[in-house]
Amino acid sequence: MDPVLWVLLALMAFMIIGSLIAAETDDLLSAVVCVGAVGAGLAIIDLFLGAPDLAITQIVVETLSVVILIRVVLTRKDETHETHKDTLLVGGVLLTLGVFLVIGAWAMTALHPFGEPLLAGEGGGVASDYLARGLAETGAANYVTAVLLDYRAYDTLGEATVIFVSIIGAYVILRQKGRLHHAGGNESHR
Amino acid sequence: MPAGMSLIVKTVARLAVSFITVFGIYIIIYGHLTPGGGFAGGTILAAGLVLLLLAFGRQRARQIVTHEAVITWDCMGALGFAAVAVLGYVAGGFFVNFLARGEPYHLASGGTIVLSNSAIGAKVGAGLFGMFWALAAFRSSRTKEEQP
Repeated sequence: MDPVLWVLLALMAFMIIGSLIAAETDDLLSAVVCVGAVGAGLAIIDLFLGAPDLAITQIVVETLSVVILIRVVLTRKDETHETHKDTLLVGGVLLTLGVFLVIGAWAMTALHPFGEPLLAGEGGGVASDYLARGLAETGAANYVTAVLLDYRAYDTLGEATVIFVSIIGAYVILRQKGRLHHAGGNESHR
Repeated sequence: MPAGMSLIVKTVARLAVSFITVFGIYIIIYGHLTPGGGFAGGTILAAGLVLLLLAFGRQRARQIVTHEAVITWDCMGALGFAAVAVLGYVAGGFFVNFLARGEPYHLASGGTIVLSNSAIGAKVGAGLFGMFWALAAFRSSRTKEEQP
């Protein structure tokens, strides 16, 4: 088998183990560190699959989000409660998961083979078209950027709008003025 | 938040932040030539500002960049990207690349792609840093409520 595939499988196993620890550990800080490890593994996988643009974005966003999460976790009072795990419930979840996995694996066999994108099919297709004419039409040497900001810029505008709206929403919820007013209102009622 | 971290952290941060900022701007401006782009570069800029905020404390960081400035940059980036899209009508349609393509593999190429990348970089950088700031402010207002 291709050695790169072995590396990818090892990295995926690392990521799955990291996610499991993150989901199951009692310590929030360990969970955050495991999430960061999963993101770093994904960045390396992106590099092996030949997507440096994605790898840069992934590693940078992961680093920043881990910093933010650690900052929040370190200063937050731990208010988690011990949950009782019902054996029947866990068994049911495992059974459902198993059935889902079997059906999913069966469905995977019907998919197009990995590494042979449909868009680059016979007769050129859209992907080969981008590669052949991208530089002349957009003037950008980086074809990923050419697609993101020229051919498919409308999609990127939608993504930017999603980020913009979510950040505005977070400002509205976290804004200090409204919170202080709310707290003051509560005190006057008491 | 205490008034920043130790002298060692402050000195290293003072040195590192300038390099991080330059690297972020490079990733944004060269997005159409090398891997990267507005999103990654903006996040790097935000990470540099977060380092500044963590190392020097909120009071000192507020003298360098105010929360209002962060929100303004966020909105200006979003509006700038939309403006690039609408300006495409000059050449015939939404998001049409209306500038000259330039010479390939040079900085001045790609038409509107550089403008879009810069707008997205400003938007993402300011937005993510503003998020971090909002979380820090949220925390301090809570401790203010709990303390008295």
